Amino acid sequence: MYTQAMDIPSPERDEAQSARGPRSLKEAEYEAEFDAKVARGEFIEAKDWMPEGYRKTLVRQISQHAHSEIVGMLPEGNWITRAPTLKRKAILLAKVQDEGGHGMYLYAAAETLGVARDDLVDALHSGKAKYSSIFNYPTLNWADIGVIGWLVDGAAIMNQIPLCRCSYGPYARAMIRICKEESFHQRQGYDLLLTMMKGTAEQRALVQDAVNRWWWPSLMMFGPHDKDSTHSGDSIKWGIKRISNDDLRQKFVDATVPQAKVLGVTLPDPALKFNEERGHWDFGPIDWTEFWYVVNGHGQCNRDRLADRVQAWEDGAWVREAALVHADKQRRRDRLAA
Amino acid sequence: MTEASRQWPLWEVFIRSKNGLDHKHCGSVHAPDAKMALQNARDVYTRRLEGVSIWVVRADHVVASDPDAKPEMFDPAEDKIYRHPTFYKLPDEVNHM
Repeated sequence: MYTQAMDIPSPERDEAQSARGPRSLKEAEYEAEFDAKVARGEFIEAKDWMPEGYRKTLVRQISQHAHSEIVGMLPEGNWITRAPTLKRKAILLAKVQDEGGHGMYLYAAAETLGVARDDLVDALHSGKAKYSSIFNYPTLNWADIGVIGWLVDGAAIMNQIPLCRCSYGPYARAMIRICKEESFHQRQGYDLLLTMMKGTAEQRALVQDAVNRWWWPSLMMFGPHDKDSTHSGDSIKWGIKRISNDDLRQKFVDATVPQAKVLGVTLPDPALKFNEERGHWDFGPIDWTEFWYVVNGHGQCNRDRLADRVQAWEDGAWVREAALVHADKQRRRDRLAA
Repeated sequence: MTEASRQWPLWEVFIRSKNGLDHKHCGSVHAPDAKMALQNARDVYTRRLEGVSIWVVRADHVVASDPDAKPEMFDPAEDKIYRHPTFYKLPDEVNHM
């Protein structure tokens, strides 16, 4: 998920807020038209007039979403060479390739807002842009790959389905494409875990251990509680965010509890209990200290993840450069031949 | 500008999902030349049999209408309802025409 970043203060956000100063009459007219369009549930397209705050919020959200997809390749990539069978290896390769593809769809959507891809990538590498904190946890055993599919991609799907109806056309279309593919990610994860649960006691213990480690970070993926999420107002008004953090989190818990039962694992929360009155599962308090600690760069893998990304980018520089020089040479040759 | 700081140009990608249908815009990719733009478009947009044919066009070669000129461009058609078959009310016996 990735809209978590919506609720995290950043210098860019403050800029977006202050960009809404005094406006010309023309601009006020445009803004009224824009608000009416969004209220009618119409889409805004790339070249349409939009408030500067809307544009900046989208650039930040879409690019951070893209960064999350790209960084998200790392914890799973760690297991490609160690997958237990050829079948699982092929599946994992396809999944990691999908994550890369999702990053590409999203960067392309962000670029329609008038930003350069290289600038977005630089913001990630310099630490200025955030990505989902979930990827700063390590993948310690093979069951982690299954649990990431089941819980992390499951939480991502909950978060992303409402984005398919977001007011910005290019983002909504990218999300439709992504959601279709995420369903494969979640199902292959659950299938992997089912297989392990049919194995030895030791394998079942690995699954339980992975569930214990990923459960709370998965719940954190939905971002701070609604009462602490002071910045969602504009996003809701603009039709970027459709469902609140707490509502999505509750939906995820309600969907996941029965799945854990079928799988034969327990969820590490003694407070988890069905509330007849509410018709939902109650769950215990989330450790927000841990959440902010990881968001602010002190998770177990923050440094490694960013260092790996930067190294991959720098190692590829000569390839990008050579391809450009080659393309120039071909064009010159074609001109001479013509 | 050094080579390293030059970004690969942007290409718009259009895919025909199956014969009999139009190519439809689906997104964009960066690539140094047409051949690699096709290759990248294939990797990014057709991992699951989404297409049988791909077009790539340099983004800076696309000429688009101005969204602010929407009224001049498209409104003139609005008051010409006689261009639609439903404008003509025919006797019930032949109204399926």
